[in-house]
Amino acid sequence: MSVNQQAHTGPPYGQPQPGYQGYQQPAYGGPSLPGVPQSQYGAYNGPMPGYQQPVPPQGSLRAPPTSGAPPPASGASHPSGHLAYSQFEHGDVQNGIPASAAPMQRPPASQPFLPGSAPTPVSQISTFQQYGPPPASVQQLRNHMAGMTIGSTAASAPPPAGLGYVSGSFSATGSGLHTPYSASQGAPPATVSEGLPLTQPPFPGHTVSTQRLPTQVPGFTPPPPSTGVGPSSYPPTTAAPRPPAMPGPPLPGQTVAGPPSSQPNHVSSPPPSTMAGLHPGPPMSGLHGPPPPTHPPQPGYPMQQNGSFGQMRGPQPNYGGAYPGAPNYGSPPGPPPPPKRLDPDSIPSPIQVIEDDRNNRGSEPFVTGVRGQVPPLVTTNFLVKDQGNASPRYIRCTSYNIPCTSDMAKQSQVPLAAVIKPLATLPPEETLPYLVDHGESGPVRCNRCKAYMCPFMQFIEGGRRFQCCFCSCVTEVPPHYFQHLDHTGKRVDFYDRPELSLGSYEFLATVDYCKNNKFPSPPAFIFMIDVSYNAVKSGLVRLICEELKSLLDYLPREGNMEESAIRVGFVTYNKVLHFYNVKSSLAQPQMMVVSDVADMFVPLLDGFLVNVNESRTVIASLLDQIPEMFADTRETETVFAPVIQAGLEALKAAECAGKLFIFHTSLPIAEAPGKLKNRDDRKLINTDKEKTLFQPQTSFYNNLAKDCVAQGCCVDLFLFPNQYLDVATLGVVPYQTGGSIYKYAYFQLETDQYRFLNDLRRDVQKEVGFDAVMRVRTSTGIRATDFFGAFYMSNTTDVEMAGLDCDKTITVEFKHDDKLSEDSGALLQCALLYTSCAGQRRLRIHNLSLNCCTQLADLYRNCETDTLINYLAKYAYRGVLSSPVKTVRDSLINQCAQILACYRKNCASPSSAGQLILPECMKLLPVYLNCVLKSDVLQPGPEVTTDDRAYIRQLVTSMDVAETNVFFYPRLLPLTKADVDSDSLPAAIRNSEERLSKGDIYLLENGLNVFVWVGVSVQQSLIQNLFGVSSFSQISNALSTLPVLENPFSKKVRSIVDMLQGQRSRYMKLIIVKQEDKLEMLFKHFLVEDKSLSGGASYVDFLCHMHKEIRQLLS
Amino acid sequence: MATYLEFIQQNEERDGVRFSWNVWPSSRLEATRMVVPLACLLTPLKERLDLPPVQYEPVLCSRPTCKAVLNPLCQVDYRAKLWACNFCFQRNQFPPAYAGISEVNQPAELMPQFSTIEYIVQRGPQTPLIFLYVVDICLEEEDLQALKESLQMSLSLLPPDALVGLITFGRMVQVHELSCEGISKSYVFRGTKDLTAKQIQDMLGLSRPAVPMQQGRPLQTPEQHIISSRFLQPVHKIDMNLTDLLGELQRDPWPVTQGKRPLRSTGVALSIAVGLLEGTFPNTGARIMLFTGGPPTQGPGMVVGDELKTPIRSWHDIEKDNARFMKKATKHYETLANRSAANGHCIDIYACALDQTGLLEMKCCANLTGGHMVMGDSFNTSLFKQTFQRVFSKGYNGEFRMAFGANLDVKTSRELKIAGAIGPCTSLNAKGPCVSENELGIGGTSQWKICSLDPSTTLAIYFEVVNQHNAPIPQGGRGAVQFVTQYQHSSTQRRIRVTTIARNWADAQTQLQHIEAAFDQEAAAVLMARLGVYRAESEEGPDVLRWLDRQLIRLCQKFGQYNKDDPNSFRLSESFSLYPQFIFHLRRSPFLQVFNNSPDESSYYRHHFARQDLTQSLIMIQPILYAYSFHGPPEPVLLDSSSILPDRILLMDTFFQIVIYLGETIAQWQKAGYQDMPEYENFKHLLQAPLDDAQEILQTRFPMPRYIHTEHGGSQARFLLSKVNPSQTHNNLYAWGQESGAPVLTDDVSLQVFMDHLKKLAVSSAS
Repeated sequence: MSVNQQAHTGPPYGQPQPGYQGYQQPAYGGPSLPGVPQSQYGAYNGPMPGYQQPVPPQGSLRAPPTSGAPPPASGASHPSGHLAYSQFEHGDVQNGIPASAAPMQRPPASQPFLPGSAPTPVSQISTFQQYGPPPASVQQLRNHMAGMTIGSTAASAPPPAGLGYVSGSFSATGSGLHTPYSASQGAPPATVSEGLPLTQPPFPGHTVSTQRLPTQVPGFTPPPPSTGVGPSSYPPTTAAPRPPAMPGPPLPGQTVAGPPSSQPNHVSSPPPSTMAGLHPGPPMSGLHGPPPPTHPPQPGYPMQQNGSFGQMRGPQPNYGGAYPGAPNYGSPPGPPPPPKRLDPDSIPSPIQVIEDDRNNRGSEPFVTGVRGQVPPLVTTNFLVKDQGNASPRYIRCTSYNIPCTSDMAKQSQVPLAAVIKPLATLPPEETLPYLVDHGESGPVRCNRCKAYMCPFMQFIEGGRRFQCCFCSCVTEVPPHYFQHLDHTGKRVDFYDRPELSLGSYEFLATVDYCKNNKFPSPPAFIFMIDVSYNAVKSGLVRLICEELKSLLDYLPREGNMEESAIRVGFVTYNKVLHFYNVKSSLAQPQMMVVSDVADMFVPLLDGFLVNVNESRTVIASLLDQIPEMFADTRETETVFAPVIQAGLEALKAAECAGKLFIFHTSLPIAEAPGKLKNRDDRKLINTDKEKTLFQPQTSFYNNLAKDCVAQGCCVDLFLFPNQYLDVATLGVVPYQTGGSIYKYAYFQLETDQYRFLNDLRRDVQKEVGFDAVMRVRTSTGIRATDFFGAFYMSNTTDVEMAGLDCDKTITVEFKHDDKLSEDSGALLQCALLYTSCAGQRRLRIHNLSLNCCTQLADLYRNCETDTLINYLAKYAYRGVLSSPVKTVRDSLINQCAQILACYRKNCASPSSAGQLILPECMKLLPVYLNCVLKSDVLQPGPEVTTDDRAYIRQLVTSMDVAETNVFFYPRLLPLTKADVDSDSLPAAIRNSEERLSKGDIYLLENGLNVFVWVGVSVQQSLIQNLFGVSSFSQISNALSTLPVLENPFSKKVRSIVDMLQGQRSRYMKLIIVKQEDKLEMLFKHFLVEDKSLSGGASYVDFLCHMHKEIRQLLS
Repeated sequence: MATYLEFIQQNEERDGVRFSWNVWPSSRLEATRMVVPLACLLTPLKERLDLPPVQYEPVLCSRPTCKAVLNPLCQVDYRAKLWACNFCFQRNQFPPAYAGISEVNQPAELMPQFSTIEYIVQRGPQTPLIFLYVVDICLEEEDLQALKESLQMSLSLLPPDALVGLITFGRMVQVHELSCEGISKSYVFRGTKDLTAKQIQDMLGLSRPAVPMQQGRPLQTPEQHIISSRFLQPVHKIDMNLTDLLGELQRDPWPVTQGKRPLRSTGVALSIAVGLLEGTFPNTGARIMLFTGGPPTQGPGMVVGDELKTPIRSWHDIEKDNARFMKKATKHYETLANRSAANGHCIDIYACALDQTGLLEMKCCANLTGGHMVMGDSFNTSLFKQTFQRVFSKGYNGEFRMAFGANLDVKTSRELKIAGAIGPCTSLNAKGPCVSENELGIGGTSQWKICSLDPSTTLAIYFEVVNQHNAPIPQGGRGAVQFVTQYQHSSTQRRIRVTTIARNWADAQTQLQHIEAAFDQEAAAVLMARLGVYRAESEEGPDVLRWLDRQLIRLCQKFGQYNKDDPNSFRLSESFSLYPQFIFHLRRSPFLQVFNNSPDESSYYRHHFARQDLTQSLIMIQPILYAYSFHGPPEPVLLDSSSILPDRILLMDTFFQIVIYLGETIAQWQKAGYQDMPEYENFKHLLQAPLDDAQEILQTRFPMPRYIHTEHGGSQARFLLSKVNPSQTHNNLYAWGQESGAPVLTDDVSLQVFMDHLKKLAVSSAS
């Protein structure tokens, strides 16, 4: 990537350089000032600053190593500019050699250009055009920008946007663009052109993002004008592009036109804009539609611009806008060709999308009665009313409109998948699934496919029979279930029966659904505590024992039961295992040591698993004594597999299912089955053998897991490593049994206990089902083919989980095996058979109906990017087990390129190949995909350990959509902007360093960690209020919680943190990061729109790369 | 002859030795013609009230292959301060401490009355005695409770500094850690898996690599103590703990389904016990005390499956080679026994159950290590309770009647060689010039290990005369044998007891009457019986009987006086007169007859027969019968059915049983309640007399005999009827007239018939 980019950028830049300098300087100057970026923007009026910032940094950054990047932006604008130039020059050369460019990372941005080398000239032109127009366009752009992406940064955004579009695409190029402005015009053109292409891509981006939104976002002021302009602009722009083709100047008109149009579109195209957009391209493409005309002209060079804009779907108008921006410049044309660079503010912004969805869909409840309805985003708070389809909290699909044929599906490459969270927790306002009892004969089911009675079953013959909605087989209605039909063919008792009127409900299972045809006993929890030297010394053992004393009173209970039916048992272990007899009749607990770890067994039957209330005193006495007994231990070695075996055997002996809570500290090197060796080898990274780091060392654990699943023995693992302990292997059993892993590296009592205890409490208390089997039935035509998540499968259809808690998610992929019809749509029924925490055997049924389409456009219009990312991430994370990571990354990129290319080819109105057009629903796909690609698993930084990667890999595999969303694109909140008087969160900002102001405090959370970033020039009063210290330098980053201080700001921040903690299934680790402190490196890793230290592309760069890929596919 | 009897008795009292022959035939050929081998019964620790141990080390012959101890038979040159070894004739200097020696100032070991002398030597660290209880918890509640009480009681009987440990077993085996406050800890082992000693020690954490020595701390011994102390603690320290622990013992909680035996892991439990001591206290005195209430049903050493429908093996099964687990189990226990013996630890077996418990397979554990074997019906019987109590009984001097880790070394003068030993010992494989190639019993060695012994433990030691016929021994020559027993006294002192005896040689051709007169028929009977029983362990029963018969016939031929082919002329001299009768009863004894005995019972009887002293052994062979009546004072009567009379009370002591039998009339009187009438007080006394006598026997006997009180016609009378000589049976009842006692329903031959046959065969010229 980077290399290519460099090459491209090089050339463009070179030309523009002169101009750049001028621009840059100011721009840089602004940015350079720490934390001042915004102001700079402001100063510049939009374009300039915008350009500069993005551009310079990139340019300079690239040239220099990665680290360089930031500085350029801020400080040495000139130098950077120069550098950039020089680079560019080099780049020129490189351009000659497209691929060669590799060396420069920066270039990446340019890369896109390269590919478009041919187009480049055109683009240049366009850029020029844009520049030309600047005056008008600029404003428009600004508007656009503002509307589009950055609400908060509006001022700055706009300017950049304009520029951004043009140059934006190439970050580096951006700078190049600048130069064009200043000096470049003359010579630059060519270069400019290159720059343009780059810019073009960005445009598309913008447009894309805005597209959907537009309609929604009435707020955007720009829209109106833009809309009007948009359409019109398009044509012009398009026209402009063409003519200008080479010549930068001519563009002006075009550019101008472009910008306006684009703005509207992008921005979003406020309602009007959208309207406009719609008009043009009736459907999504509607917008495009209009553009098309323009496109044609564009084809030449302009095409890119136009294309991008035009293509951008309905919303694309925005694109147009973007272009327009360029045009604007161009319009000013008179002036030198505007340099082009992709402005980060102009490319689709996740923040904006989330915000828009929240505003548009957060207020109304989501009613599930309608087939194929796309639910609000996971980031939106909404209520669900079940009217026949399962709530999106239970099932989310990548698309709610499925292609009718497999050909279509293949063509689009959009994966058809559902993310299912069968036991999801519902907000208190929503009702839990009703429990239905069909009596001794069990739930009513289809005779053939065994689907359970659901709202889609068709009753016929006056209600005497029903036709299965999945397989069409006709089944007699059992006499006790018979009911007459009303005049509409609905059963009279339709509303009385949850299974006829709701999407989710539960059946009481009969004995036929039980293991060995015996009703299950209540499950058991076994706590297995490592008492080796490390665990004892760190205070962990004492901590756990103390906590358990109170925690045992909060075991999960069934609904209204007085006390939990769950029995508990205790085991401690190091090299040997210690079982405890805590029978209520004993005066004191008995400890039974089993040293024969090679052949594990349970030494006692009676008294190991007990009722908490009955044995309360003995348990208390035991928990008091465990820390004492091992206080002087010198045993450092531990075993692991025998521990699980012990738990398994105990459950077997007690003939019940259950859960093991294992607290473990080290690599199990003691002589025993499942003994492991330290095989951590960072040298394997980026080799074909890298996959071995994710694979278990031995197949022993796989077999063990199988046994566990057969018994319903779920394993939750809490790890407290001080060094490598091979999570990849230790995690096999928890993973395959549906358990969880928690990892607290370098556990320290003071800092980590709160987090650990919270996790433990939640893990113990959360709702959980045992001995679960899940089966997904589908209507004829599609079939569940692949499953991702923490479970075990012994055949191809049944997902078996020893335990399944409310946070575990299974992603299911579907494939066609026949044609679907638009009329009947596609149905899913997910049936989960499980044992409740009181030992009741139940079936939970979730039904979901989807639409089917014969038009690809319908598919693209009903996609859910967050779900798609969830699927793609899981797919990729599984891929690393068998393929080199690079292959996995490439195939991810490739698939997404194909998805987008297919859209471009089939749904978007024809436009210049140089234009990046994204479907409205997927406009965030590139940025999210980039986040996935940059994640620790797929692109580890030097500080990421092998264990971390394995840990995250397994973690992600059971995440739901909301978790993956925030995990890959962390939430960044400016705390200093929070309104201390309301309980709302401050508006999130994008994950980029340039969004941070050194005078502010920010919070970043990704579901695992919470960072509080403190700028160097934060007001002392704020520091005092939040940390209780008087100066920045006194802030301790060893804090694991924020001090409790009685002032509004502290309260507000703490309440925000608490609220976030409450939203996540795991307690997040709080890390205080001071700007320019060494911890900041860690923090920056999560600024996912920036280049990462480990080589991950910045958003802008990646977008350009995607564009290149798409164009390659299209050509 | 009285002189010989006195001589024999005197010798036995002084030295604890009884020889079959007290004048020895002087050549190999003649010795073999004597039929009964030259052998002796040795009671190494025979209690000697008059033998104060001396507090110094014995003086040894300096020849490395000899090392005999200085004794009264040695020739001493007081001037030169030299002594000549009477076994190898080596001349040795007295050690410096003997500088003052002279004819009038002799050390004790040179005085003739100290042919047996005991030395106390200060060698090595003194380690306390160790008692490791291995307790079956698959018992009925009542049994377990009784056992727990017995065990708790035993704690008060142990020497306070003795170390105790506790292992319990059922389906699993638990090694209990003692001295834990607040929580009771135990190590648990699967009952089905055989573990090596190394594994066991690893798993118990006993084989931890030496912890780096801390400065100033001398040796590792303290460390070792700390490690092992988790399982073995001084009684005085954990008395209370252990009492509580025992009190809390529950029956094995694992469910036993209908039709199954409980799973009992005796084999593994023993293996762990052995491994535990092996790793912590090798070569110190220790008792592993196994209490079991049923057969091992799983794991190594299992004797029977857990299906109740398959009964435990019987002799019938064994003969038909139908005992599936026997060989494997026996091998397992043999291995354990040998390991234990090698470490000087003994294994006691206390088996109390109505059915068999696998003693047959486990017998070697007790046999090879000198441990006790006790068999009873239930732990809740006085038989067990008192027997167990008696294990810890103390001798006249307040010392425990037990010793450990004995090493018996036998030295002979050159005309003799050692053929072997039979008793609770194992071979130490000490080859030497005085070891014979012909083995009788455990042979091929001149040294044996006896892991545990008490004052009555008796070994049979067999010799071979190797002097050739053509190298006559000078007139007046004497053969000598020295027994050197090193052992750990119950006070933990190391002691050495040395017994040196000498007997005259005689030429059998010319002096046969001397030899004959010096025949000790009691000793000979016991010695032959031991040989027979020893053979019975490995040979078919009938073969052994045939061998025994042939020996008897040969002996009669050799020493009987008769005319050829005239049975009526047959006479045996007084010194042989009782011998055939002993053999007759021996043939009928449970030691050689397995009929009507379970394999376990046979093993039990044989076990005791191979370790008891002469008197007890004779009682076992031929029970003693006393009669009580108004006709006179209590008197011993013939062990014959004719002794069973209506107006008699009989008291029979078979060693294993004490039977009190009321004759028909007496029984009726008793039922009529005469004893309660003041005017019949004499009847009351008559009834009481045998009870008192029985009580006396019960007081001293170990193990406690089964006490049976029965009467004419009682079902328990069978114990008596099966022992008496069936002179009156249903076949000949009327031939013997009215006076006769109770007929015995049997087809067994009576002594009279036996003797008739014997005479016939002895005088027959055909054989």
